[in-house]
Amino acid sequence: MTAATGPGDLAITVRGLRRTYGTFEAVRGLDLDIHRGEVFALLGPNGAGKTTTVEILEGYRPRSAGEVSVLGFDPALGERELRERVGIVLQETVADQYLTVREMVDMYQGYYPHPLDPGHALALVGLAEQASTRVRRLSGGQRRRLDVALGLIGDPDLLFLDEPTTGFDPNARRDAWDMIRGLRSLGKTVLLTTHYLDEAQQLADRVGIMARGRLIALGTPNELMGSGGAAIIEFDLEGAEGIEGAPGLLSQLPEDAIVENGRVVIHSTEPTRVLAPLVTWAAAQGRELPGLRVVRPSLEDVYLDLVRTAEEASA
Amino acid sequence: MNGLRLALRQVAFENRSMRRNPAASFFTLVFPLIFLVVFTTVFGNRELVVEGGFTTTMATYYVGSIAAYSIINACYTNVAMNVAFALELGQLKRLRGTPLPTWSLLVGKVLHAVLVGFLLVIIVVLFGWLFYDVDVPTRTLPAAIVALAVGAAAFAAIGLAVASMVPNADAAPAVVNGVILPLTFVSDLFFPMEAAPAWLSSFANLFPLRHLALAVRTAFNPFEVGTGFEPMHLAVVAAWGVAAAIFAARYFRWEPKR
Repeated sequence: MTAATGPGDLAITVRGLRRTYGTFEAVRGLDLDIHRGEVFALLGPNGAGKTTTVEILEGYRPRSAGEVSVLGFDPALGERELRERVGIVLQETVADQYLTVREMVDMYQGYYPHPLDPGHALALVGLAEQASTRVRRLSGGQRRRLDVALGLIGDPDLLFLDEPTTGFDPNARRDAWDMIRGLRSLGKTVLLTTHYLDEAQQLADRVGIMARGRLIALGTPNELMGSGGAAIIEFDLEGAEGIEGAPGLLSQLPEDAIVENGRVVIHSTEPTRVLAPLVTWAAAQGRELPGLRVVRPSLEDVYLDLVRTAEEASA
Repeated sequence: MNGLRLALRQVAFENRSMRRNPAASFFTLVFPLIFLVVFTTVFGNRELVVEGGFTTTMATYYVGSIAAYSIINACYTNVAMNVAFALELGQLKRLRGTPLPTWSLLVGKVLHAVLVGFLLVIIVVLFGWLFYDVDVPTRTLPAAIVALAVGAAAFAAIGLAVASMVPNADAAPAVVNGVILPLTFVSDLFFPMEAAPAWLSSFANLFPLRHLALAVRTAFNPFEVGTGFEPMHLAVVAAWGVAAAIFAARYFRWEPKR
């Protein structure tokens, strides 16, 4: 991910981006690089500035300050050459109710100089069988797929996906994820916004977390979870407590261990080192450590923690 | 050239979408006919005789007015509604993100509306000729076509201008009709304004509707001795159209106000 850094390798570069509405600063100095061929997820709570950022990149909104380059173009100029190479999936589904799926794709196909074959585009999103169905008879998930097909029909180098699975049931969501993973294999650059952390974790090569108009974290999902620091070790004291060696066990615990309601909780950046004496002790006693769990914080924990810290800092 | 081809493609898709909505297309097409049938039933279809022994029917006058009204309905009302809803649904925003030129999209919508408007005029004239002995303009036909075309273009532009003022789709019917309905009643379209107070008549003269109604009626008048052109009336209609086009170009929105 960090190997190639030449400017030709970047689909999107953003430097010092700002956007104010009246006195409200929606985006407050954003720097971002998105590589060609990468799936990048922009995460953040409502009002974090991610939609404003994406709409500036899509060319829908002017910026107040900063430099932006999308495929080498300034999106604020609204050049047709850029629009020919970009696919957009908005939050709203946009297809005409009375046209068929195939007619919608045909309509959009005519706008682009080097489009995909409509049948191929529909197959990519799993709508081949609904080609002659009218849009109004599609399910919500199918309409969303049609929106993606309309975003893909121009064979774009860069695809914007704004909250592609909001409102989906878990099955439809898994299907949509499979579809988006398929896009990666086409070599498309994808910029995805989402509320769902598992979605980012499942789909994205890299994740940027925004809060209060700033990027507060950036990295691969694994890096971000690592940056959350401490793993959590937990086990029950009950059962161990009653035995001879309980004081022996307690003496093995690190100083910052918390013992509460008969359960031991230890936060540690070195879980292996902390566990070793405990496990050795238990093995020597021929005992189990009842209810033992070692957990890494999920992306969700990291995210909530980061957002809280950012909001407290700016409050 | 490519932009024009794209505009014509949009006309085809607009048309297909409209035809797939049977309730909408049925009422669009029969609406002017309902006016013709109601007027001839309520006010009668007397035979009119003028100096020299020429005769015609009352329905001939109704048809001229209804032709003007059909153009306004198809071009102003339908364009304003269509754009207001496409805006609300995010369709315009999405299309703006494609390489489709803005003017191709709007020309496509307007051109489709103009075609529907002329279809309505043909239907109502044909129906009147078949069932109500309506005199179809022949010598003044060029004047009728020009008047209707100028009206269609101007009212489509006014439709775009009004659509850019409508805050959201829920408000669209109220705003769109609220602008046009009062004018319909004071513009000599269906009711003669002879008995109306002078200030009301002067007020109606400020707006394009009355001028279009009078220009179309002259061209549909079987006793018209000239070519049937009303350059002054059409100039007012055209001026409104140009002003509305400039307004729309300046204030046209791609997204609903949030």
